Amino acid sequence: MHELSLCQALIEQVDSVARRHGAVAVHRIRLSIGPLSGVEPDLLAHAYALAKAGTVAENAELELVRSPVTVHCTDCGAETDVAPNRLRCGACGTNRVTLASGDELLLMHVEMTAGESRKGASHV
Amino acid sequence: MCDTCGCNITPGNRELAFRLAADGAGAVTVLQSLLAENDKTAAHNRAHFDRRGVLAVNLMSSPGAGKTRLLEATIDALRGEAAIAVVEGDLETDNDAARIRAKGAPAVQITTGSACHLDAAMVHDVLHRIDLDGVDILFIENVGNLVCPASFDLGQHRNVVLLSVTEGDDKPAKYPVMFRVADSVLLTKTDLLPLLDDFDPARTEAYLRDLASVAPLLPLSAKQGGGLDGWLAWLRRELTARRGLDAGQSAASPS
Repeated sequence: MHELSLCQALIEQVDSVARRHGAVAVHRIRLSIGPLSGVEPDLLAHAYALAKAGTVAENAELELVRSPVTVHCTDCGAETDVAPNRLRCGACGTNRVTLASGDELLLMHVEMTAGESRKGASHV
Repeated sequence: MCDTCGCNITPGNRELAFRLAADGAGAVTVLQSLLAENDKTAAHNRAHFDRRGVLAVNLMSSPGAGKTRLLEATIDALRGEAAIAVVEGDLETDNDAARIRAKGAPAVQITTGSACHLDAAMVHDVLHRIDLDGVDILFIENVGNLVCPASFDLGQHRNVVLLSVTEGDDKPAKYPVMFRVADSVLLTKTDLLPLLDDFDPARTEAYLRDLASVAPLLPLSAKQGGGLDGWLAWLRRELTARRGLDAGQSAASPS
């Protein structure tokens, strides 16, 4: 159950982003999770509910975006979506592929209300 | 993937990466791995190993697949040839570290309590308790678990995954996250194969290749001593490669 420790890392990152932007509240956190990250989105969502208590993200909604497993074929060049345990080119069948997507575990966005002096959207 | 150059934007999340909020709230694009802090500590550990010319190997498997038995046999086989030290990870007890010390190799135990995996910080903490001078290979025996340890970089150079023949030949298909990251897969307890008519090593290999893995599948029996040669040859190759790399690095840097 490593999802709880990942949630604690998530909260720390969100807290640091919020502080950097002088935010008073965080509304929404968007994560990108691939099946090959080894993280179970449902478990992560449960752990998040525990980890956010008493933090700047206390009232923030967690949006989990599941990315597909996509492989790039080094033989024929095709890019195909495949099952996590079948990393073979969907076009020619070879296993000489590289993973283009599917092992992400990324904090994508944090939406928040900025403090009085730092209103508006910003980019880091 | 890193968190600085944008390479962590993949075809699977590219569209999302730049879709900002429309409700007037301040939206900040972060694109940082949740494992960023762990990865930073892992890189620090790896630099520590590199400076001392140590090959660090992360051993992972289910509980009871024979990690400690493999280490005992490996220490015996490489005695006088390569100095081995071991970091042991278990939920409780230091039984495994005691077994390694009984073989004459230094060992430190990490007891994780309820944590299902080692992380880079735990390894970093115990590195201060282990003298790496003169050590050629540091084995980090992870907590027995085919799921969680796969997600955490410890600073190792190589991942070795053990699969015992009593576990079933389709494990690579069931645990793709773990078997994908393996640089070498050891099929252990092969002395039991004659008793297990439903375990087909060829099927294990086929499932492993389905993960786009080029890791060798090396059958062995640490208890009977059979098949250790393939494993030892792999280890010697890795050690030689690492020494070459370290020599190249020190030649390149005048300090």
